[in-house]
Amino acid sequence: MMTRLLGTADAMSPLPKVGSEIIEAIERSRLVGRGGAGFPVATKWRAVAQRSRGDAVIVVNGAEGEPQSKKDRVLMSERPHLVLDGAFIAARVLRARAVILYIGERHDAARNAMLRALSARPESERRLVTTSAAPARYVAGAEAAAVHFLNEGIATPTNVPPYPFERGVGAAPTLVQNVETLAHIASLARTGQAPQTTLVTLAGAVKRPGVLEVEAHATIGDSVLRAGGAIEAPRAILVGGYFGSWVEPEHAWNLPLDADSLRRHGLGLGCGVIGVLPASRCPVCDTAGIMRYLAGESSAQCGPCFFGLRALADACTRVAERGTNPEDIKRLQRWAGEVRGRGACRHPDGAVMFLSSSLHVFAQEFAAHRAHNMSRSA
Amino acid sequence: MSKQFELSVDRMTCDGRGLCAELLPELIRLDDWGYPILTPGPIPEHLIPLAQRAVEDCPVLAIAMRRTQHKK
Repeated sequence: MMTRLLGTADAMSPLPKVGSEIIEAIERSRLVGRGGAGFPVATKWRAVAQRSRGDAVIVVNGAEGEPQSKKDRVLMSERPHLVLDGAFIAARVLRARAVILYIGERHDAARNAMLRALSARPESERRLVTTSAAPARYVAGAEAAAVHFLNEGIATPTNVPPYPFERGVGAAPTLVQNVETLAHIASLARTGQAPQTTLVTLAGAVKRPGVLEVEAHATIGDSVLRAGGAIEAPRAILVGGYFGSWVEPEHAWNLPLDADSLRRHGLGLGCGVIGVLPASRCPVCDTAGIMRYLAGESSAQCGPCFFGLRALADACTRVAERGTNPEDIKRLQRWAGEVRGRGACRHPDGAVMFLSSSLHVFAQEFAAHRAHNMSRSA
Repeated sequence: MSKQFELSVDRMTCDGRGLCAELLPELIRLDDWGYPILTPGPIPEHLIPLAQRAVEDCPVLAIAMRRTQHKK
């Protein structure tokens, strides 16, 4: 029987008695983190397990800072007990002394549902838990930024190493894990079955934008159809959100959403956002709007990210507002290559990966763009 | 196994003073905002003294030279 995350009653029942053998089961399931980075979960758990002396900290990551993503909020609202099950299984297996619910400060419904569920849990679980409101910034959900915020009240990334699993909250070994990942672990522990679905958020020009639970082998086309289909001919599909990539619709349509298939095409599901850009929108203006957003979300800690993303956003905006010019196109291409890999965190890398896919997929539009009124773009 | 050295820069500490690129233009150039772009890979042996100098003279101590093990 297929186990599902959404559309099932969220009942509380005693935690399954699992020990460290769950880590092997996670490894066999090849579960990767669903927050965006796609890191292998078993590797992370082992790293914390090895270092924990009964002092580990579990951070339940519901920051969900990606503007188009809603799946973490929907999951916390609909299945708070399943997320908490995952958190308390982690706490038991990794011998943790604390569980911190780190939920986006604007995600009120999700936080309320989680707190209501928590109040029904046994005292032995409740006493481990504190809550913290994640600032509504793009980088606040990144592991190191979450730990920095919980330690010092500043949600910006820090240099790694030390990684959170080495020195995290209160200097203790810390597991920072996305809420969907924890829910998958909880259902794996309950049923012994590897998760076969994934949560995605359909955004843009679809009939019913929102969160869907899709089978791992489902294609992008299947998920667009399940969202009611495109409302007009799509120009491109954004796979993975603002740190993702644009893909031509005819190429995207038959791509399966599982991590391995996407990786073979140089793509990643990231936080699970699938954005449908309609042919009636100007991709150059939309790219400029998203680049301005990502430049504004730089923590301004590393020069190449702070100055580089701002310069890239300015160049995109010049092309959008004043029309194309070959110098700016050349600069965009050169800078996108130069900025990559030159920050303490992956923010600049994600932004230039997105931009590079824009320059590639929308090469014609960038080469022949006429001045536009920017007020209509994002 | 041979001992080799590689340059790295602490991106948060670096303020783009640019001294490193003046001292070691063979391996370090500056981007359009004055921040260093390092040539990846091991430092050629004859440049190691100059790299050492770039590390020591960085006004904010953002450059480091690390030993890496390359299996032969």
